[in-house]
Amino acid sequence: MSNGMPRLDAMHLDVLREIGNIGAGNAASALSGLLGTRVDMKVTRVMSMPFNEIVDFAGGAETPVATVYTRFDGSIAGNILFVIGIDQAMALIRHVTGAVEDDGISEMGFSVLQETGNIVIGSCMTAMSDFLGFELLPSVPTLAVDMAGAILSFSLSEIGRSADEAIMIDAGITPEGASLSGGSGRLFLLPDPESFGRMFAALGVRIDG
Amino acid sequence: MANARVGIAEAAVVRNPDSVTTLGLGSCIGVAMFDSVNRIGGLVHVMLPSSSLSKTKDFNAGKFADTGVPLLLDMMLKAGASKARIVAKIAGGAQMFAIGGGGDSVLRIGPQNTDACKAALKKLGIPLIAEETGGNHGRTVELFCDSGEYEIRAIGKEKKRI
Repeated sequence: MSNGMPRLDAMHLDVLREIGNIGAGNAASALSGLLGTRVDMKVTRVMSMPFNEIVDFAGGAETPVATVYTRFDGSIAGNILFVIGIDQAMALIRHVTGAVEDDGISEMGFSVLQETGNIVIGSCMTAMSDFLGFELLPSVPTLAVDMAGAILSFSLSEIGRSADEAIMIDAGITPEGASLSGGSGRLFLLPDPESFGRMFAALGVRIDG
Repeated sequence: MANARVGIAEAAVVRNPDSVTTLGLGSCIGVAMFDSVNRIGGLVHVMLPSSSLSKTKDFNAGKFADTGVPLLLDMMLKAGASKARIVAKIAGGAQMFAIGGGGDSVLRIGPQNTDACKAALKKLGIPLIAEETGGNHGRTVELFCDSGEYEIRAIGKEKKRI
């Protein structure tokens, strides 16, 4: 089996959790400003998981989700995804536009999801960039509404070059309007394996192996 | 009838009356092989086009097209399939996200995977008799060993058998 992932101890996990909290916290407050509602943020988790478990964790391979995806490069590289369930996506659109989407998602609905994802991902990246002292170069965020497995496996393909598992930083971000249907929006941060060393070094934390 | 499930970078071979499935293919490819006389069928869930992309020396062969396709053929032969009768069908290779400038090659991984699977099959002399590839949507696939039919399911689309 491949073994391209760094070995992390409890302190490393704490550091990653803190990076996640800073990114997701900023994303939640930006989203709150956009929507004019409270945005609930759940404690960030950091997990090292085989690819297939990540797909299960996200709700199952065939579960339809709306996802805004960005790849970032620069001093550190990786993928960031804002993932929400279809019911939550509908509730979010309804909250913003006042219109009920009963015949699939409309053009306007797609725009709402895209813009929400842009704000969440952009503000998360800005906060991480400030915290780490790195310039991060994000690609233009893009939206897809499809099976979670199809979206996640694509976003894991770069990591697949060096490992069969990924270290995932996961934060729940749910606007009040969208939380009515239960569940939470998720912000998944998936750094490339080679980037962990640089992230820790930037914060003065040592890593072996 | 039992249903075997294959995850990312995994492969499995089953016999009539069983089926083998993989869920939520995006840019990945489900390469199915079938021997219609012995009714032995196999499926591999390939993630990346070439093992030359691997940054590690040891890797899971099922992950790459150039190693995963030969791995599946080998498993088929060990299960008693005849190479002369094995045919292949492939599905997946979608581009899940629209390319937003920059032309990052990682966004084009789906079409690259499709091409690489075709090349790997050709190299092994296994005929590709049907495909359902490309587009921008996810697919769940299932190979039925009673008939050799390869079923493709996608959100908001009619079920399709090739």
